[in-house]
Amino acid sequence: MAEDTSNAKSMSLIVTKGSLDWAYPPFILATTASSMGLDVSMFFTFYGLGLLQKKLDLEVTALGNPAMKMPMAGMHIGMPNLVAAMPGVGSMATSMMKNMIEKKGVASIEELREEAIEGDVRLIGCQMTMDLFEFKKEDLIDNIEVAGAATYVENALEADINLFI
Amino acid sequence: MADQVLDAKGLSCPLPILRAKKAIKGMETGGTLEIEATDPGSVKDFEAFCRVTGNDLLESSEEDGGVYKFLIKKTG
Repeated sequence: MAEDTSNAKSMSLIVTKGSLDWAYPPFILATTASSMGLDVSMFFTFYGLGLLQKKLDLEVTALGNPAMKMPMAGMHIGMPNLVAAMPGVGSMATSMMKNMIEKKGVASIEELREEAIEGDVRLIGCQMTMDLFEFKKEDLIDNIEVAGAATYVENALEADINLFI
Repeated sequence: MADQVLDAKGLSCPLPILRAKKAIKGMETGGTLEIEATDPGSVKDFEAFCRVTGNDLLESSEEDGGVYKFLIKKTG
């Protein structure tokens, strides 16, 4: 692999969460670090693996998330769990979030993922998670490797920045 | 006058940085890039970007109407 000979600084991320909101930190950090010249690898495991699916259908929920307060009418309004649990409320929260993202000039996850690929970020899918949740290689985008924990550990040993997200 | 101008107005983090990086990649060494952005966070971020990548941040200023202007010289 190229990193054996590279003198560049490096960053290694473990991506464990696959909801719309949690997808942002790893992809923002990976694309930014890559644009600053770092060698970046992202290891997608458990719910994070879903972020490598060809077709993304990411959702967000206010359920069990008291910090999720949406700006409305000049205030920040949260949602009681009882309301958030009702049918249709989850998809309403998701479309509100997606509208806000577009309106505020925030990149979509699809766009950031494409930037990561263009920036030669190593995308590594967890083999065990694929087996556990029954993902096939053809369900996932083409530009990935599939490997296990030892591959992450080897990366992490050499990385200047290691984050678990 | 910069060799190239990038309009990053209306874009949020990290897009101004990502767009700037792409523009710089396609430039000759010694070339200059002017960036216009409205993201207030980009003031600190372009400083950090240039420190880490070694490119020169020749200018950083705030214009009227909440527009930030940056001038970067590609060094390597």
